[in-house]
Amino acid sequence: MDNNKNWIDQRFPLTKVWNEHLAEYYTPRNFNFWYFFGSLAILVLVIQILTGVFLTMHFKPDAAHAFASVEYIMRDVDWGWLIRYIHSTGASAFFVVIYLHMYRGLLYGSYKAPRELIWILGMVLYIALMAEAFMGYVLPWGQMSYWGAKVIINLFGSFPIVGELILEFILGDYAVGDPVLNRFFSLHVIALPLILVVLVFLHIVALHTVGSNNPDGVEIKKNKDANGIPKDGIPFHPYYSVKDIVGVVVFLMIFTSIVFFAPALGGYFLEAPNFVEANPLKTPDHIAPLWYLTPFYSVLRAIPPMFGSQLPGVLAMFAALLILIALPWLDRSKVKSIRYRSWPYKVALTIFVISFIVLGWLGMQAVTPLYSLMAQIFTALYFAFFILMPWFTSIGETKPVPERTTEH
Amino acid sequence: MKTLFNTTLAAVAAMVISFNATAGGAGIHLDPANTDITDEASLQRGAQSFMNYCSGCHSIELMRYNRIAKDLNISEADMANNLMFNAEKTGSTIFSSMPDDGAKEWFGTTPPDLSLTARARGTDWVYTYLKGFYADDSRPYGVNNHVLENASMPDVLWQLKQDKSERAFNQDVRDITNFLDYVAEPVKLIRYEIGAKVLGFLFILFILAYLLKKEYWKDVKYGKWRAKD
Repeated sequence: MDNNKNWIDQRFPLTKVWNEHLAEYYTPRNFNFWYFFGSLAILVLVIQILTGVFLTMHFKPDAAHAFASVEYIMRDVDWGWLIRYIHSTGASAFFVVIYLHMYRGLLYGSYKAPRELIWILGMVLYIALMAEAFMGYVLPWGQMSYWGAKVIINLFGSFPIVGELILEFILGDYAVGDPVLNRFFSLHVIALPLILVVLVFLHIVALHTVGSNNPDGVEIKKNKDANGIPKDGIPFHPYYSVKDIVGVVVFLMIFTSIVFFAPALGGYFLEAPNFVEANPLKTPDHIAPLWYLTPFYSVLRAIPPMFGSQLPGVLAMFAALLILIALPWLDRSKVKSIRYRSWPYKVALTIFVISFIVLGWLGMQAVTPLYSLMAQIFTALYFAFFILMPWFTSIGETKPVPERTTEH
Repeated sequence: MKTLFNTTLAAVAAMVISFNATAGGAGIHLDPANTDITDEASLQRGAQSFMNYCSGCHSIELMRYNRIAKDLNISEADMANNLMFNAEKTGSTIFSSMPDDGAKEWFGTTPPDLSLTARARGTDWVYTYLKGFYADDSRPYGVNNHVLENASMPDVLWQLKQDKSERAFNQDVRDITNFLDYVAEPVKLIRYEIGAKVLGFLFILFILAYLLKKEYWKDVKYGKWRAKD
């Protein structure tokens, strides 16, 4: 065995990579519940790719056959129903995990220097994931697939002068139809998964270069022993690998409960109208994207059309997404972790989380005057979190940050 | 910190619970169908009623005769002799006996395929719709429907409604609804059982994983973990 290892090591840095990223990657010893979601995100990515490979074997990216081919997978392909439900549940699970992962970053200031690049790569990943999920949702070619695609794609038509051109370029046609289905299939199974995998790789390389943050927000690399090993660090493998296995099993228990007992989750993971084949002549009563896109959909609807154009709403929606990238530079606080931050940040974060959830809920409802007013108020609060951040992170009394991580 | 954590979890939980999607549409009262997909006799009666009363006009194109036979414990011979009116082979998918052109002429529209209706609209909708016909002379077939205003469909179950007690008729409708629920998602018959086994396996795996983690983390005192090499 050792001989084999030598043979490989002379030709490929196997032992080096193993040590740098697992056996001798020193991780803060005080990770809590919130630190499970990074590894879970990788797990879900792998699940989606594996189930996606098998779905692609049976799916037909053709407007005339797509809908029936999904039902063929559900009925005639051995275990096809399970693969499909795992894939559809996996899409929502991906966002649950990613939102909790991002919230962890907000709680413990994981985006702050020197981890700005990790945050930016993560945000690009998040945007790519949204595109991946949106295009995947179009493929079953149900009513919501079709009309959802139409609403979202038409947003690009609101740009002045070039709008029409962009629209035609995306559609390959003058309306949502077979060309869109075909190109979305291509992007969904090849282009975006490749981008996601590369970005995940970069995200991890950047993380392992600076090292992980932790719930205390202290830099463990500042306190090393005689061997140059952080005193508050433990090797990722075996300690966090065995801990993450526990997280994986708990996650799978929740995940399989949904897959087997409520795969549609009351219409939130699979919408009932999407069991009707796409019909360009029949607009559904109510068009709503799936839950993970609805906060931004709410922002879009909150901004009224100006000068006969939807453009302001579209720009607000993209701004709501892109402003997250600026977070490391908007946050002026001297401390990272919520444990030692001043009270204004705690209040602001709570309001932000509530705004995001309420916007998400509103995005699923039909518009009423009250809801539209609420959407405007919570959109304002959403943006206020970022715009006022340089101010509220620099006021108030912060608690002293300990030298070493605390026991928890 | 703990408060913040709890507030967050509570907010997320409240959001998930308050989500409810109904396919019924606003303002229409739907009776609860109370169907039971594990009731095989009900599904068999429903299959029989469907073939007799519905399949003349409505297809369930995504379903095959032999799949129904297998899932509902009906022998293929019984299926072929008693329930297959529109096909030669048990492996065929289920088409209606009505030509599309004729349908357009007789009803003004092609009767929809019912493969996924119970999933798209919900079982309560199907149940209430089938019971929801009332006399209305302004309509071509003399009936209208409470659930779907100006439906083109005649009240094909009228004779059952006339001949049977209300209770027996409701059960007939319930059986058809149950059958359509099965047709909309055949794996519903088996996924609960498989799910219970998978969860059982994961529960055992959880205990083992937890014990493994606990054992390893005994080392995690300052510096202690290095004692191993």
